Amino acid sequence: MATVDLNDVRKVYAGGVEAVKGVSIAIPDKQLCVLVGPSGCGKSTLLRMIAGLETISSGTVAIDGKIVNAVGPTERDIAMVFQNYALYPHMKVYDNMAYGLRNRGTPKAEVDSRVRSTAKVLELSGLLDRRPRELSGGQRQRVAMGRAIVRNPKVFLFDEPLSNLDAKLRGQMRVEIKSLQRRLGVTSVYVTHDQLEAMTLADMLVVMNAGLVEQIGAPLDIYEKPASTFVASFIGAPPMNLLSLSTESSANELERKLLGLAPPGGQAAMLGFRPEDAELVADAEDRSGALMLSATVEAVEPVGAETFLHCSAAGNRIVIRVGGRTAAKPGDKLRITATAEKLHWFDRGGRRLDSTSPSS
Amino acid sequence: MLDEETKLTLRVVFPHKVLPYLLVAPQLAITLVFFYWPAGQALYQSMLRQDPFGLKSKFVWFANFRKVLADPAYLNSIKVTVVFSLATAIVAMAVALLLAVMAEKVVRGKALYRTLMIWPYAVAPAIAGMLWLFLFNPSIGSLSYVLRSLGIAWDPLLNGSHAMILLVSAAAWKQISYNFLFFVAGLQAVPKTLIEAAAIDGARETKRFWTIIFPLLAPTTFFLLVVNTVYALFDTFGIVHAVTGGGPGKTTETLVYKVYNDGFVNLILGDSAAQSVILMVIVIALTAIQFRYVERKVHYG
Ligand SMILES: Nc1ncnc2c1ncn2[C@@H]1O[C@H](COP(=O)(O)OP(=O)(O)OP(=O)(O)O)[C@@H](O)[C@H]1O
Ligand SMILES: [Mg+2]
Repeated sequence: MATVDLNDVRKVYAGGVEAVKGVSIAIPDKQLCVLVGPSGCGKSTLLRMIAGLETISSGTVAIDGKIVNAVGPTERDIAMVFQNYALYPHMKVYDNMAYGLRNRGTPKAEVDSRVRSTAKVLELSGLLDRRPRELSGGQRQRVAMGRAIVRNPKVFLFDEPLSNLDAKLRGQMRVEIKSLQRRLGVTSVYVTHDQLEAMTLADMLVVMNAGLVEQIGAPLDIYEKPASTFVASFIGAPPMNLLSLSTESSANELERKLLGLAPPGGQAAMLGFRPEDAELVADAEDRSGALMLSATVEAVEPVGAETFLHCSAAGNRIVIRVGGRTAAKPGDKLRITATAEKLHWFDRGGRRLDSTSPSS
Repeated sequence: MLDEETKLTLRVVFPHKVLPYLLVAPQLAITLVFFYWPAGQALYQSMLRQDPFGLKSKFVWFANFRKVLADPAYLNSIKVTVVFSLATAIVAMAVALLLAVMAEKVVRGKALYRTLMIWPYAVAPAIAGMLWLFLFNPSIGSLSYVLRSLGIAWDPLLNGSHAMILLVSAAAWKQISYNFLFFVAGLQAVPKTLIEAAAIDGARETKRFWTIIFPLLAPTTFFLLVVNTVYALFDTFGIVHAVTGGGPGKTTETLVYKVYNDGFVNLILGDSAAQSVILMVIVIALTAIQFRYVERKVHYG
């Protein structure tokens, strides 16, 4: 139904805070784009600029190919789900959902049929006569969703819509939002700081940091080829293990082991591997073409299907994932290996070093 | 709401049995001496009838009330009071709301603007009345000059409606500051995201005001309606006295002013006392409404 194009968008707030420092994203039609990043990195600001709730300091925002910088939120034909839901407290659920349709002069009969069919989809039919304060958090969240989709807008915007729900409900709603978005085929921008939510929902993932885009790509591509140490440690839980190869520690055990492993081109300053890409080995012998580390277990975190071992190795703290239960206990000495193709290399600036260019 | 246990822990426990009574004694004494005693006197007085020279008085039970309520002058005064109170409350609130909404939009000097808006509240009612009286005095008032040059035969000294308009203006003007403060606070309490959500939902500014902001101000509005009505009913004596003295004729004689007129000017003490008892009942009723509805009902959570 619509594409959303951001071109070198910047936002400087009245106080002089530069919240967004030049962001360009092209979101294709029907895609669910997730903006993820730590608190304060400018996700909400960017979303609010797409909504028209914040002025754009420079750059352009285009919806459906049309630049909307000067168009107010009322005319942008977008719908937004707020973190606190922003339901109208004095209106019944029905009127909350009908409000946007009525404002656009939709005939009464059509308002009624659309509200009722949307309510049915979201299992709100029995709640239409209640007021928001008479609903549970999860139900309010559904009403907020209903209010957005009933209007059938060009673009959906979500600002951390699930962050007020408990973990279980969050998981359910995540699946529901994804399938709804698929079914309705409405281009969506979804803001979250939860990397799991980001990974599972996104068709297109945008990792932001300090007002800038760190990486754009499909979630698994980003997971497999993080463009920077920031992305590597932000995406994935527990985060990627990063070992510093700084010159001061050039004498350490790690450095000597890595001699045959360094990637083509560039001066590597950091080496990373995912917790699940490490293996425990029984033999003390070094294998060629693989990273070998001696580690001491410091803490054991069993979560059921898997166990995380927090270890110290070569002066770094690392986490290893092992399936199921393990007999390891704090103080145990382990040998860890990770094969060369599972290793990620980063330069001094934290940028990825690769024979192929980082995925985009 | 607090559960039982929290309530218990919040209660201050005095080691002593007498101390709490001692602490509330001054308050109780003041209430007794300055409220219950005069109220009792008024009630007693309202059942007495004095001879014209004030030499003898006779206990007549409710005869004074019957007489007062059957008196066309009293019924007229009720009508005048209703018109005056409602007009004052509505004008004072409407203007205050308009100013508060505009104050929200002021970007620079918001605090100064607000402070200036609050000043009129510090003016005593009688002074406010004199101010308006001079402004609209048919012979020397600058604003009546303007009105006359616009072709309006302005004469509050002879025309009852004009007198009422003048009275309402003076009374409302004085109350605007107070209402303004409450409306500013009320407007600030309306969550910004609601207004943003309404904007995204396609509602333009005027529509947003009437469908979102105004309904959410309902608790404030209702509270102010009661407060302003009480004000117009009971606190405007000074203004009426200064501006019209109840005239021309009896066109601006409010209930409170009639109590004064009958009691202290015409010295019909029994009637006057009966009227003040009726006023007392009205105050109690209004206060009860305020407690019942303002505190609980008109509230969104
Ligand atoms: N109205 C404002 N005026 C001034 N600065 C603001 C304003 N809103 C946000 N900022 C600043 O802009 C930066 C980005 O804020 P933003 O709300 O976009 O962060 P975010 O990524 O959504 O964070 P979170 O995950 O905590 O919601 C922050 O440094 C914040 O302090
Ligand atoms: Mg945010």
